[in-house]
Amino acid sequence: MNKPVRRIAIFCGLLVLALMVRDNWLQFVQADELKTSKWNHRVDIARYSQPRGNIIVDGQAITGSQETGGIDYKYKRTYNNGPMWAPVTGYSSQVFGSNQIEKLEDKVLTGDDDRLFFNRTIDMITGKGKKGGDVITTLNGKAQEAAFKGLGDKKGAVAALDPRTGKILALASTPSYDPSSIAGALDSKAWTTLNNDKAQPMLNRALKQTYPPGSTFKVVTAAAALENGLYKDVDSKTDSPVPWVLPDTRIELKNEGSIQCKDVSLREALRISCNSVFGKVSADLGNKKMTEQANKFGFNKPVDTPVRAVPSVYPKDNRPQNAMAGIGQASNRATPLQMAMIAAAVANNGKLMEPYMVDKLRAPNLNVIETHQPKQLEQPISAETAQKLQSIMETVVEQGTGTSAQIKGVKVGGKTGTAQHGVDNSGNPYAWFISYAKSGDGSPVAVAVVIEGSDTDRDDIAGGRLAAPIAKSVMEAVLKTEK
Amino acid sequence: MSNNTTTISTAGPPSRRNTELALLAFAVIIPCFAYANVGLAIDDELPSGLLGYGIGLGLLAGVGHLVVRKFAKYADPLLLPLATLLNGLGLILIWRLDQSPRLMQLAKNQGFKFVPYAPNQLLYSALGIALFVAVVIFLKDHRVLQRYTYISMVVALALLIAPMFFPPKFGARIWITIPGLGGLQPGEFAKIVLAVFFAGYLMVKRDALALASRRFMGLYLPRGRDLGPILAVWAFSILILVFETDLGTSLLFFGMFVVMLYVATERTSWIVFGLLMSAAGAVGVASFEHHVQERVDAWLNPFAVFETHKGTEQIGQALMSFGSGGVFGTGWGQGNSDLIGFAANSDFILGTVGEELGLAGVMAVLLVYGLIVERGVRTALAARDPFGKLLSVGLSGAFAIQVFVVAGGVMGLIPLTGMTMPFMAYGGSSVLANWALIAILMKISDAARRPAPAPAPSPDAEMTQVVRP
Repeated sequence: MNKPVRRIAIFCGLLVLALMVRDNWLQFVQADELKTSKWNHRVDIARYSQPRGNIIVDGQAITGSQETGGIDYKYKRTYNNGPMWAPVTGYSSQVFGSNQIEKLEDKVLTGDDDRLFFNRTIDMITGKGKKGGDVITTLNGKAQEAAFKGLGDKKGAVAALDPRTGKILALASTPSYDPSSIAGALDSKAWTTLNNDKAQPMLNRALKQTYPPGSTFKVVTAAAALENGLYKDVDSKTDSPVPWVLPDTRIELKNEGSIQCKDVSLREALRISCNSVFGKVSADLGNKKMTEQANKFGFNKPVDTPVRAVPSVYPKDNRPQNAMAGIGQASNRATPLQMAMIAAAVANNGKLMEPYMVDKLRAPNLNVIETHQPKQLEQPISAETAQKLQSIMETVVEQGTGTSAQIKGVKVGGKTGTAQHGVDNSGNPYAWFISYAKSGDGSPVAVAVVIEGSDTDRDDIAGGRLAAPIAKSVMEAVLKTEK
Repeated sequence: MSNNTTTISTAGPPSRRNTELALLAFAVIIPCFAYANVGLAIDDELPSGLLGYGIGLGLLAGVGHLVVRKFAKYADPLLLPLATLLNGLGLILIWRLDQSPRLMQLAKNQGFKFVPYAPNQLLYSALGIALFVAVVIFLKDHRVLQRYTYISMVVALALLIAPMFFPPKFGARIWITIPGLGGLQPGEFAKIVLAVFFAGYLMVKRDALALASRRFMGLYLPRGRDLGPILAVWAFSILILVFETDLGTSLLFFGMFVVMLYVATERTSWIVFGLLMSAAGAVGVASFEHHVQERVDAWLNPFAVFETHKGTEQIGQALMSFGSGGVFGTGWGQGNSDLIGFAANSDFILGTVGEELGLAGVMAVLLVYGLIVERGVRTALAARDPFGKLLSVGLSGAFAIQVFVVAGGVMGLIPLTGMTMPFMAYGGSSVLANWALIAILMKISDAARRPAPAPAPSPDAEMTQVVRP
């Protein structure tokens, strides 16, 4: 009977061997994959086991960390003035993950970044806990406040840039939410409420939502007209009949109210926002040239600020649609950031700077580990064209639809817009305003404001009445802090 | 001479009791260090119970050792220290999980009152060693068990059927509840009793099974009437699977039976039949038994549950425990293996070993289990009587299969079946039964290594005196 017993011994040995091989596979070969698996709770436990680094605006932290006394997570993220800053910071939740800067700069904030290796090692030797680094933003607290307060309880968004560098100065979106309310482990109720809210408070409208740009797009159409030599002078008469019929159709492109648009100059057409003039410009140039110009301003590709802004679109389209797109009323759509980039490029004499909001990354010992260098993204228009456009945009604010954006002693250029939406304009229109302000050395600020659902105002003045004052207060805030 | 596996010699082999004592010292000291380590990691101080625990474990091991010295002088010197080491380490692991605020919270959320498990386990360990001592003292000769072949069968059947009359716990009907005493897993005891029955039955029937067969395509086909018992056991293990939804136990019994049948008959054909039948049974049951299907799904796709939220996270959590432990582990008390949840200290205790002691620790633990099994098989080789051979190979085979099934399930090698890691996992039945198992193995090895064969205490045993080469 010993022979089978020996075989059983070998069999039992093989069973144990199989377990050992499997264990080596798990704990050696697959270990890293399992350790960093997105289902591995330990990753979050480690993340919240020490205070996170902070996101900083104007030298002040707009985030914080709070000890929770919880089981899994020792620290919880807190936000100062959360709803106002949510479109910048994003959230960092113990259970629902994170987004925006909290996610993109997570490694620096947790202290896991390779560039913090030296710090980590020193801390380990001296017995201190791991510390996170800070993210210093380009934002301007006063401008942000002006934008957020200006939007108030309306639904909308504001994006403001420094045209000279591309620094994002304000990024507001309403209705907003407080990321603190979903930061903890027991906040799933708040999370569900926020996610089910029809008003979409967690949607970052400044970067993640595209709107029909309405008449503000006429700036791009005018730029295309000048760049392509369709009209050389902004003050000479254009060849624009009224009524003007959309190409390939019998539909007449109407102008708002009783404005006089026959053969008016580009300046006059922009001042009173003539649909027929810009519709014809777009039709004369054709879809290809219009798309080229829009793309140069940044359409049809995402922008990483580093938080990704969804691409604004100027699509390939048929002739009547392309003509409608020339007045921002067809299938072209834009994010508030994109419209701010257009105003900024015009204000910066045709140079479009890449928008960014993370200025510096800082180690816990205050050493700067990375500084963002401003970068030119594109030259969508020549300096000459830019100056012509500035001149006519300034007319809009001085004596056109955008008078409510006037600031004493400062040259302000702008364009209003009201975009109809919904089937047969059934939805409430969007009120737009894009503008820039000039100080001694170029323009320190360009702003785009959009307000959704202004129920009563359906005419083109809506942008001027609703959105322009917000743009004005944001520009004033920036000008004040510039000094 | 190298094939000489009997240890009879005129000079008499050394008893190795001092070796056992030295090994036992290690088996007590290592868990004490582990205990200190957990205390330092969790509370930054030496645990207050360290001295008591050390003395307690030392006393238990000491009593075991003294009894062995007196009543089983020639017993295998490794089994007792290995079992003590595993039991001691298991206690520390359970105590360590008792400190987990996460598990306390879990109990609270589910409406239970959290009770620390370690004191209970310490009590069970003491009872287990008491049982060990009792077996070593009162089982004068293992061949006595042979007399109880058919009584064993009845007892085993009763033990296995009993849980059907009690409500299922966590999806498996393997518990009986005794008011005032708590739950009992009769399957653990049935393992030993059934091994006794198989050994007794096969010892009598093995010639008939081995010789009365026809050769067919290179295999010895057994006769229909000899095939009867194996079919009965197969059907029985399937029935357990179906009614008690206890995969592990059925696999264990069937595996044990096939191993013992093979050893008794020396016919490979039995193994082939055994494998075919277990495969057929498993596939058949899996095709309609929901619980089994769930287990197989969870095994094939352990992380799907995190997306579907259907089923149990435990396997995925255990795998991540192993992965997070890596090669050297996080250290005692510094892992998060309690994420595995409610069975962390029983079925899934190996996950804590994996996370906190790492690959190195798990390999060491598996080696210890392997050593116990191989010492058991060694005992079977050395045993002079076929009953002892069959019993010890059955018990050690069952032990090996149990370790494989549990560890393999926890590590995702095979579907999870819900048995306990012998000695380490929390559970009274398991600890008691396994101490009894070790005691029986030691008694057999004592008989095998004794210098002069003891006179047979019963006429039944006379026929076992024939030693086959």
